[in-house]
Amino acid sequence: MNLSLLLVLDVLAVLIVLYLYRVVRGPTIFDRMLGLNGISTKAIILVVVIGTVYERVEVFVDISTGYALLNLVGALAIAKYLEQRGAP
Amino acid sequence: MTYSFELPLLLLLLLTAGAAIVAKDLLSAVLLLGSYSFFLALVWAWLGAVDVAFVEAVVGAGLATVFFLLTLFNAGKGGIRFRKASPPLAALFVLPLLAGLLLYAANDLPQFGDPQAPASVHISPEYLTKAYAETETTNIVTAVLMDYRALDTLVETVVVFTSGIACWLLLRRGSE
Repeated sequence: MNLSLLLVLDVLAVLIVLYLYRVVRGPTIFDRMLGLNGISTKAIILVVVIGTVYERVEVFVDISTGYALLNLVGALAIAKYLEQRGAP
Repeated sequence: MTYSFELPLLLLLLLTAGAAIVAKDLLSAVLLLGSYSFFLALVWAWLGAVDVAFVEAVVGAGLATVFFLLTLFNAGKGGIRFRKASPPLAALFVLPLLAGLLLYAANDLPQFGDPQAPASVHISPEYLTKAYAETETTNIVTAVLMDYRALDTLVETVVVFTSGIACWLLLRRGSE
């Protein structure tokens, strides 16, 4: 297993912790939503790197594309709903 | 070497799960559960179960978050408390005990990817050799799903149908 790829994985995991702080502590729901969005962006990259580690990138790229689309739809759904109801 | 990335992932998993329990309001607990699902999906991807990871991401992180939010907002300010009660003290003692028991039981499980595991020496060859003769179906996955486990699949369909009705009711009330 490639050591530099493992290093990339660990650095991405540390970056996720920074976003996680915003999700946990965020004073408003918008901070939390943005934090969640950032986490899912990092998750997309992580999936591709994991695919590179396993040397099966072509399968994992499909999945990361699915993640990305889903992330967009989820964020839009939450934002649309907050627009309708007003943030609590 | 293989454990060097599992450890940070599992730590993140524990962190988000704990944060979702101690979060002050239900809204942030819902969003934390969403990120928990993302990490769980990453763990599945790391273990090589790619399709399970995909389902976890779609259902756990996407759909469940949206439905939790819909429920929270539809319940209104009087129907549900946005500030939640702290978890009961007994759960804090009993649940770690249960986790210890499960970890103790996991010692007996076969190694990850072991070709000598009971599932791969006992059942899989049976299906592979006899599936076509018994069910006349060329696709073995379909044969297992629709012939050997037809009753399971029927009940699963009932579950999916019921949850579909529940989602429809929830969304219909939301649009009024």
